[in-house]
Amino acid sequence: MEKYSGKKICSGVAFGKIKFYSKEENQVIRKKIKNPEEEILRYEIANKKAIEELGELYQKAVKDVGEVNAQIFEIHSMMLEDDDYNNSVYNLIRSQLVNAEYAVAITGDNFAEMFGHMEDEYFKARSIDVKDISERVIAILNGVATNTKISNEAVIIVAEDLAPSETVQMDKDNLLAFVTRLGSANSHTAILARMMTIPALVGVDIKKEWDGQTAIVDGYTGTLIISPDEDTLDKYARIHQEDIEKRTLLETLKGKENITLSGQKINLYANIGNSTDLASVLQNDASGIGLFRSEFLFLEKDDFPTEEEQFKVYKQVVETLAGKKVIIRTLDIGADKQAAYFKLDKEENPAMGYRAIRICLTRPEIFKTQLRAIYRASAYGTVSIMYPMIISVNEVYKIKEIVEEIKAELDRDEIPYGEIEQGIMIETPAAAIISDILAKEVDFFSIGTNDLTQYTLAIDRQNAKLDDFYDSHHEAILRLIQLVVNNAHKEGIWAGICGELGADLTLTQRFLEMGLDEISVSPGCILPIRKIIREIK
Amino acid sequence: MKSFNYTIQDEIGIHARPAGLLVKESKPFTSTIILKVDGQQSDAKKLMALMALGVGHGAEITITAEGDDEEAAITKLEAFFKANL
Repeated sequence: MEKYSGKKICSGVAFGKIKFYSKEENQVIRKKIKNPEEEILRYEIANKKAIEELGELYQKAVKDVGEVNAQIFEIHSMMLEDDDYNNSVYNLIRSQLVNAEYAVAITGDNFAEMFGHMEDEYFKARSIDVKDISERVIAILNGVATNTKISNEAVIIVAEDLAPSETVQMDKDNLLAFVTRLGSANSHTAILARMMTIPALVGVDIKKEWDGQTAIVDGYTGTLIISPDEDTLDKYARIHQEDIEKRTLLETLKGKENITLSGQKINLYANIGNSTDLASVLQNDASGIGLFRSEFLFLEKDDFPTEEEQFKVYKQVVETLAGKKVIIRTLDIGADKQAAYFKLDKEENPAMGYRAIRICLTRPEIFKTQLRAIYRASAYGTVSIMYPMIISVNEVYKIKEIVEEIKAELDRDEIPYGEIEQGIMIETPAAAIISDILAKEVDFFSIGTNDLTQYTLAIDRQNAKLDDFYDSHHEAILRLIQLVVNNAHKEGIWAGICGELGADLTLTQRFLEMGLDEISVSPGCILPIRKIIREIK
Repeated sequence: MKSFNYTIQDEIGIHARPAGLLVKESKPFTSTIILKVDGQQSDAKKLMALMALGVGHGAEITITAEGDDEEAAITKLEAFFKANL
């Protein structure tokens, strides 16, 4: 048994035989031709066929991985329509009287080299795209069907590197996992693997002799195990079984409504902490995003993210959800979430300190940048905003003033934006108790049970000594939730839960009885909750 | 001839996706449309050439259009850059 580690791209486990995949390098032989126009015609037919194939690939990718990620194949077909690329092929055929295969190979190499020499890493990486399209045309010219059947049995694909088209083309039924030496976590291939939810590792020191050996790919830890022993196999068989059970659940519940046997409906939304979570939001069939934690944009950086950087991420999320609701929570930093460049003082009691909306209201430049970015993104779908750590109605007034300023600025600059629902988190006992007043001022409530529990019970969740005292089902919490729901409904607004308690399956029935309108949980919890809802009388 | 200047806001610059979109936007116009940056230039209807310019974040570019529909081309492309780049 040997273990290798790599960078994990997509979680899950797989075990099976390794198939070492090497590109069938299309042998290109330089041949002299007599009739260049005939050869150009051959090229044009192959080029057209390649564009057709890419069109089909695009359609397949839209289905498998979503439109935004599929666009790379549109770019590929545009590259094949590019005048400079085609003229280079024509010139080589005409001036050197060579066969089309050779002309394409040389053209592809030249363009790939041109990109390869660029300074910027992003543009450098485009050389693989040029190679990819050139190889496709050559394969067609050679009469070699592009290989979509990788094997007759399910295999783990091990390769130096995989082009995006190779990744999507592979027959998914026989594909257990990907392991490559090259490729980064942000490459198109990595994104595609993630969207296809196939366990994948990159940066592994692969060996050709693994071909045919049994292996385990652990996408949770980023480990590849070659020739695992019995115990290890058993362990992974169990994890795999659980994964399969989950997937079966997913299959039967996908597309179904969140409705009880007596007809009560509830929205099940997803909590996400990063745009990389989007794939699992779609796979788990969330009706929307109930909590988009915007902190990651700030925590991943060494300096404040610009409006433009934020806008791009929000827009991507909003576009991917295609009209479904996306509730973005404004910056909730401070306490356990720190970024050095905020230069926050060390506090005695950070959970009750300078954090979340308190930072936003005292440092409005940070807040306004974020609000502008969110408002701009709202033009691309359905966006709601919610504000964390509210304790008073005055805070809501201040927020509303700032929101009005932002809207006036955008109007003045003629920048489009959509209607945005304004909501607050109910995560302090104060907010829960005055929720009757707050309900008059906002469009919705989302109850953050983690903080609400910690503040109500006066128990620090980080302190393990207190575990015996901690009771997440404490009657005080459940009564506060009921109070918030009642007060929301009195004013005709909706109320949901976005804390960990929402995923507690033993409370799902109680939540429905309370009249909650929405539950937002991590994507993986959606289908199990849907299952329970559909069994409730 | 009509033209406008623009500073690229996008973090990566004119990468594959916006370059593809720019070509798509430019192609319907009969005018010759040129993108200039740092003394280099490319036909805005040519994807590879555009990408080869490696236009990055903060680059100051000039778009010129010359032909029968130059006015419309400039209006459309200026809006395109503002919205996408």
